[in-house]
Amino acid sequence: MAGRESNFRNMVITLFLVTFVAAGALGLVYEFTKEAIAEAKLKAQSEAIEKVLPSFEELGETFKVAAENGEDTIEIFPAYQDDQLVGYAVKTFTNQGYSGYISIMAGIDNSGNFTGYEVLEHDETPGLGSKMNEWFRNEEKPAQSVIGKNPESTEFEVTKDGGDIDGITASTITSRAFLEALKRAYRAYEEQEDLNTGSAGQ
Amino acid sequence: MNQWKNFTKGFIKENPVFVLLLGMCPTLGVTSSAINGLGMGLATTFVLVMSNIVVSIIKKQIPDKVRIPSFIVIIATFVTIVELAMEAYLPSLFKSLGLFIPLIVVNCIVLGRAEAFASKNNLVSSVVDGFGIGFGFSFALVLLGGIRELLGSGKLFSITVYPEDYVTLLFVLAPGAFIVLGYLIAIINRIKKD
Repeated sequence: MAGRESNFRNMVITLFLVTFVAAGALGLVYEFTKEAIAEAKLKAQSEAIEKVLPSFEELGETFKVAAENGEDTIEIFPAYQDDQLVGYAVKTFTNQGYSGYISIMAGIDNSGNFTGYEVLEHDETPGLGSKMNEWFRNEEKPAQSVIGKNPESTEFEVTKDGGDIDGITASTITSRAFLEALKRAYRAYEEQEDLNTGSAGQ
Repeated sequence: MNQWKNFTKGFIKENPVFVLLLGMCPTLGVTSSAINGLGMGLATTFVLVMSNIVVSIIKKQIPDKVRIPSFIVIIATFVTIVELAMEAYLPSLFKSLGLFIPLIVVNCIVLGRAEAFASKNNLVSSVVDGFGIGFGFSFALVLLGGIRELLGSGKLFSITVYPEDYVTLLFVLAPGAFIVLGYLIAIINRIKKD
């Protein structure tokens, strides 16, 4: 390879130019894709909200509730139809998954029952824990479904731990984590409801 | 050099996965389905071709002693461009591949071609080499991903082929990747012998 002579000056100039052009190119691409990336994220979120709630017209202002560990936040999206509150979409999470963090969008209606959910992010084992996105809303098997159920009247634990929900076969840890995330969503929903009724009573 | 030979060598004779055994981390990591393999293969192909082009153009301007850092910067730039573009325009593919895209930077296939081929050959040969090796890599990943998906989840390109009750889950998990790869390498070696 007949490159330039490897003296100090040539090396410094070359590296400077290479990194300078690279930085310029990246800055340009970043500016160019910034909006599309933000849009794609927002779209994924609103699609998830539409999936987990029955039909609604518009979303109200988003609330953020601090999780009990003080670090993470749970987002609550109230949904309205004809100015009537029809339910909340709650973006909840758990760190207890088989591979750690799981993020779930859960829908809760006015009476506190779950209307649907959508797993947004997870690293669970493909073919085992990853089944959770279908498992807990299987209408043919009501024992494992969480749809239409309420943590007040139903024990949100896997049957193995004495609860009322059938966990995923061979994925008890994922199932526990999933139910933990839903209970966390429900607690956030309850807090929100308490605030609402409190202000209405004044 | 015969350009057609230069192009086709990446499929069997110098296939980066089955023969050179380079880039094993993304190979084993992403191939749980055919579509993931295809996405990863095409992303790598883009980076390969672009970095081969740039390296073969500026090879004369780069002092020998700093060529590796220069190549790495060039490759990393293209990888980041792919990552940003994929996140913006193919968010669902990004969701399943996101973790592995930055790893293309340290994929020895890309640096290997820049160092061993593009820095010694002219522009046209380097482009052809980039496409050849890139498509060879994609072909290997799709084959591996397709077999694992078919055996492990009963689907091919996300279309159900047979019911999930009969699948062998092992194949979508990590050990399945090694098993399938081992058999494929054995088959390729047999074909090469003839």
